[in-house]
Amino acid sequence: MNDKKVIWKRKPLIKNRLLRIGLILLISTYLLSVFLTTEIDWQRILEGIPRGKNFIFAFFPPDFITRSDEILAGIFESLWMTIVATIVGILISIPVSLGAAKNIAPKFVYFLSRGVITLSRSFQEVILAIFFVKLMGFGPFAGMVTLSLSTIGFFAKLLSEDIEDINKSQAEAIKSTGSNWFQWVNYGVQPQVMPRFIGLSLYRLDINFRESAVIGIVGGGGIGSTLNTAFDRYEFETAAAVLIVIISIVMIVEYTSSHLRKLIK
Amino acid sequence: MPIIKQKDYKTWKKFDRKRDLQNWLCWFLGTLIFSFCFGLISSKTIWFYVFDSHNEALDLLGRMFPPETNYFLTLIKPIWDTLNIATIGTTIGTLIAIPLAFLSANNTTPSKKFLRPLALFCIVSSRSINSVIWALLLVAVVGPGVLAGIIAIGLRSIGFCGKLLYEAIEEIDENQIEAIEATGANKAQIMTFGIVPQILPAFTSISIYRWDINIREATVVGLVGAGGIGIELDAQIGDLAWAKVSVILLVIVVAVVFSEWITAKIRRFIL
Repeated sequence: MNDKKVIWKRKPLIKNRLLRIGLILLISTYLLSVFLTTEIDWQRILEGIPRGKNFIFAFFPPDFITRSDEILAGIFESLWMTIVATIVGILISIPVSLGAAKNIAPKFVYFLSRGVITLSRSFQEVILAIFFVKLMGFGPFAGMVTLSLSTIGFFAKLLSEDIEDINKSQAEAIKSTGSNWFQWVNYGVQPQVMPRFIGLSLYRLDINFRESAVIGIVGGGGIGSTLNTAFDRYEFETAAAVLIVIISIVMIVEYTSSHLRKLIK
Repeated sequence: MPIIKQKDYKTWKKFDRKRDLQNWLCWFLGTLIFSFCFGLISSKTIWFYVFDSHNEALDLLGRMFPPETNYFLTLIKPIWDTLNIATIGTTIGTLIAIPLAFLSANNTTPSKKFLRPLALFCIVSSRSINSVIWALLLVAVVGPGVLAGIIAIGLRSIGFCGKLLYEAIEEIDENQIEAIEATGANKAQIMTFGIVPQILPAFTSISIYRWDINIREATVVGLVGAGGIGIELDAQIGDLAWAKVSVILLVIVVAVVFSEWITAKIRRFIL
């Protein structure tokens, strides 16, 4: 033994030294190029700070009373929209998710369904809403169509992953009784994915309500329209009230849905 | 699972009578709620427009086709901006989420009565306000541009990352911490050598997942003026230049598919 002190050092995260240095270089060049290409108008920000302060103070105190009937109407419209859109979206998602499960669908149907899912997932609700409002006119119907279509991407993707994970022997047992395809799905597959199905539906209900607050901004009805009108009228006190209402409802919905999901598990 | 005797043969049913009745009642109530809600929506809809929408859609598709391909060159800068909004926003969001997650996890929080509820409140309120609304507020404060988008995406990511991260912290293995404690480590050392290595995989996968989501979100914050490709989209829709809009939509689809592919690759590489 030599008398040098033995010091323990933590192993580096990435073992290959070249890769480590390369990654650091890559990240720093990226950050530098971002910094160089992004125009940040510091003047405008300095100007904006007092303006922002005024803006934020304009929200106080939140005014629930003056437009209370509009706020209430907006919330209820959002709720109807959410419920209908979730149910319609799930009904469409069921065949799509069966088609998108590798172990059930033939190749052709599989790729078709995956395509539908990718398409529905790529566009944000707001972009879809712009188009549906253009096609179907202002109001909750366009919002409902938007929400149900974006439900497909989420719901069918996650459900089809669950269908791919099912226990094969159970499904085979049903098949060996001589069942037809529908009986096979109903008795062999459906009971196995049911817990996940309910959990996902509740989760999506929660997401759809949150999204319904935004699609109103582009004309899709619901509480978002109320918020947008309040902004347009420069009634920031009302806007603050709407925001507070949205936050508290989302909290309530989230807690109940997570509680329900735990209960079902 | 009851077996029902008919006159001369037995038959099998999935549920007994009581359960059947319950199921039927649930379906009945569900249908009732659905039709009630749909009725309310339908009363606020001008059905003429809805029934006419397929004509409108065909018309729109006709105008969108063929896409104006050389418009793509002007889109390169907005695409770069969108990518930056998502990446820098995710970085800021995760960096702020880390201390918040430690404050709100049951086993690491310094004060259960005061700091934990406060941190949880921050997480929940960041989650419940959509990034478009954040952007709407921020554009008024810092002015239109990429910066507003970055902050909006960052603020929105805090809640998501914070929530998933503190759940990961609550699930760590206490034995490893005890082992570090037994060597005489102080609080900071316990943190870096006991807790961090355990949550690092979760942390990476959460931030990659959020980045994937943020690419999508970054495409829309521009609609309210917060930078990125959304600004172009808004402008071209306003100009009714549908042949350009279709190029933008194509770009968005490609970007989203690409980001999904990349995240899948990174995830496989790391985990």
